Amino acid sequence: MRYLTLAIVVFPFAMPLFAQENTKPQALEQPDISVLTQKIRDLEDRLIAMEAQIHQLKDQQAAGLTVPVAGAGTPAPAGVPPPTAAAPMPDQGVASTGTSAQQSVVLGGAGGNAAKVLNPDIGVIGDFIGVAGHNPVQPSPSLQMHESEISLQAILDPYARGDFFLSFGEDGVNLEEGYITFTALPAGFVVKAGKIRSAFGKVNTMHNHVLPWVDRPLVTYNLVGGEDGINDAGFSIQRILPAPKEIFLEATGQLFRGDSADVFTASNKNDLSQVAHLRGYKDVTESTNLDLGVSYARGHNDLGSNFLTQLYGIDATVRWKPLRRSIYNSFVLRSEFIWSQRQQLPLEQRAFGLFASADYQLGRRWLLGGRYDRSNRSRFANDTDEGGSLVLTYQPSEFSQVRGQYRFTRYEGNIDTHELLMQLQFSLGAHGTHPF
Amino acid sequence: MKKTKNYAGFVIDLLFGLLICAAAPPMGAATKKLNVVTSTADMAALAQEVGGDKISVESIAKGYQDPHFVEAKPSFLLKLRQADLLISVGLQLETGWLPPLITQSGNPRIQVGAPGYLDASQFSEILDIPQGTVTRAEGDVHPLGNPHYWLDPDNGRRIARGIANKLADLDPGETAYFQRQFQDFDKRLSAAEQRWDAEMKPYRGLKIITYHRSFPNFAKHFGLEVIGYVEPRPGIPPTPSHTIELIQLIKRENCKAVLVEPYFDLKTPQSIGRESGAQVVVYLPSVGGEKQVTTYFELFDYDIELLIKAFQSSH
Repeated sequence: MRYLTLAIVVFPFAMPLFAQENTKPQALEQPDISVLTQKIRDLEDRLIAMEAQIHQLKDQQAAGLTVPVAGAGTPAPAGVPPPTAAAPMPDQGVASTGTSAQQSVVLGGAGGNAAKVLNPDIGVIGDFIGVAGHNPVQPSPSLQMHESEISLQAILDPYARGDFFLSFGEDGVNLEEGYITFTALPAGFVVKAGKIRSAFGKVNTMHNHVLPWVDRPLVTYNLVGGEDGINDAGFSIQRILPAPKEIFLEATGQLFRGDSADVFTASNKNDLSQVAHLRGYKDVTESTNLDLGVSYARGHNDLGSNFLTQLYGIDATVRWKPLRRSIYNSFVLRSEFIWSQRQQLPLEQRAFGLFASADYQLGRRWLLGGRYDRSNRSRFANDTDEGGSLVLTYQPSEFSQVRGQYRFTRYEGNIDTHELLMQLQFSLGAHGTHPF
Repeated sequence: MKKTKNYAGFVIDLLFGLLICAAAPPMGAATKKLNVVTSTADMAALAQEVGGDKISVESIAKGYQDPHFVEAKPSFLLKLRQADLLISVGLQLETGWLPPLITQSGNPRIQVGAPGYLDASQFSEILDIPQGTVTRAEGDVHPLGNPHYWLDPDNGRRIARGIANKLADLDPGETAYFQRQFQDFDKRLSAAEQRWDAEMKPYRGLKIITYHRSFPNFAKHFGLEVIGYVEPRPGIPPTPSHTIELIQLIKRENCKAVLVEPYFDLKTPQSIGRESGAQVVVYLPSVGGEKQVTTYFELFDYDIELLIKAFQSSH
């Protein structure tokens, strides 16, 4: 109570002093009432905050609580927050609601809409593709609403968050991903459970809308299950490993049911598949960084439980993005090398494939990219497909994008195809994460 | 044969798991100092003011970087996984990059809602809170209000107070220290504020253009009037027609300066300046925007000096 009296006594004296000092040098100029009013308001706010705090302290004392008043000699606003969890910080905004509550009792709860704030963040990304040119090996429709991806994301509880990505084709829905992430585990572990795009390399983890191309590289189609890729129900555990010299090192281990596109098939419950990934990352400068990874995947193939398919991968990414001009210029060089070892009759097939691509951001809205592809086929390792693409992307805003891609492919047997792919992508709703 | 193959897979998993566990650092190796990570350099500067030598503080974004478009680099995870406190600007400023970093950090202390997560917008006066219908026809709007709120010394004081309280929560033994630090900061800020107010006083009511809407709190505090933006809509790059309108507006309203954040291209602002006679100023929205600007005080010193110079030379 003494502080309150003190504050009330001191402030009215302090205010004119303060104001005088402030205005004296400019006494001859136009009087500036708005500044003074603002100052007075601020002081009032602080007074109100202190009053609220004192009331609260008194209430607690009345309730027989021992109140720890640290720095008791100073009636400072930055006092110890009282032990009650919902105690208002001595801040203007919070405190003023506290006092209004004292003056008038608010009856009834919030409106029905208030409960909706707990709805997950919802986003929809449309992916419309048109293709011109003849391709007898991998035909695509002339026009298609290739995918409508719905994302539903929210924090579940103090220990986890949930993420769902439902991918609607023109007919049929696919759960692209749906998993819970445990974020509050000890020792720095992050565990996911659900349906997950596995951590095999880089492209396999990417959703369509963050790819720098309309399609995916040939090696993805030939060896890693195409657009769906290694994407299965199971568990994932990852952890950052200690490493010297500010190197980021992260290990991921994943255990799946064993069904992924045409790569893995579980003929019985023991046919689980495993994926392991080790990622090393280093900032070379503040603009340039290097990202390297090795991956291993192992599972049973469609010939039965006695037939294994193993995949080995190396991925490398070099990124350059000057911080001061990050929205205008950037350059990304990426490549993946993948080896497939597929047990089948009569002979095990050992296939290899790679892609290398470069993307340069020309300006705020324009990106130019190119990709080289070469890959054996997993079932016929002597068959080799090869190709290249040129990609131009235009982004009117962060939420829409037009992309054109010229693709040349020479399939095994000298089947040459020239295709033009056009893509329109548009994103509604919750602001998504920027790809990295 | 089949069995051994299956076991081989599990053995790999097991080894992998052991490797991870073996590599785990000793738990509970608590250092005396609180480890604070902030999303932007301004929050770091304010935390440093009240945390003094009882905390170590590091910012993810640099002061000369567009805070909307920071990349979620894994190297930031190395900082976040050790952090006791993460301070964010909030209001969806960091929505494109901070949430995945928090999730992947493997650090339960700084998860949203945990004691070590602090959204500084809760302490601040927020402007430009959209009324009525909000759509992205208006560009990359921030539905919760303008997140560039730290450029008002009064908000700086409020944020510092909030951080001091949070630090006291996390390290109750040092409560008195954080309190003293805040009082000292408050005193110095009030003195500086008087000086800044006096310096800016002759220019109150002057009209300015800014590139992005990152200046409303500064303008409000110092009585400047922002009458237009180089961006036709937030997040949308300048268009020729909008630029022509802007030049006419500047001439008509006798606008004095075009303020540009250090991360935007100067081509359009400079042509606006040439055509309209307004001064083009690369002001700093954040601490660390230039090497010599290392504290919250120096940020205002720098910007105010710059503005006054521009206003004087445009007379």
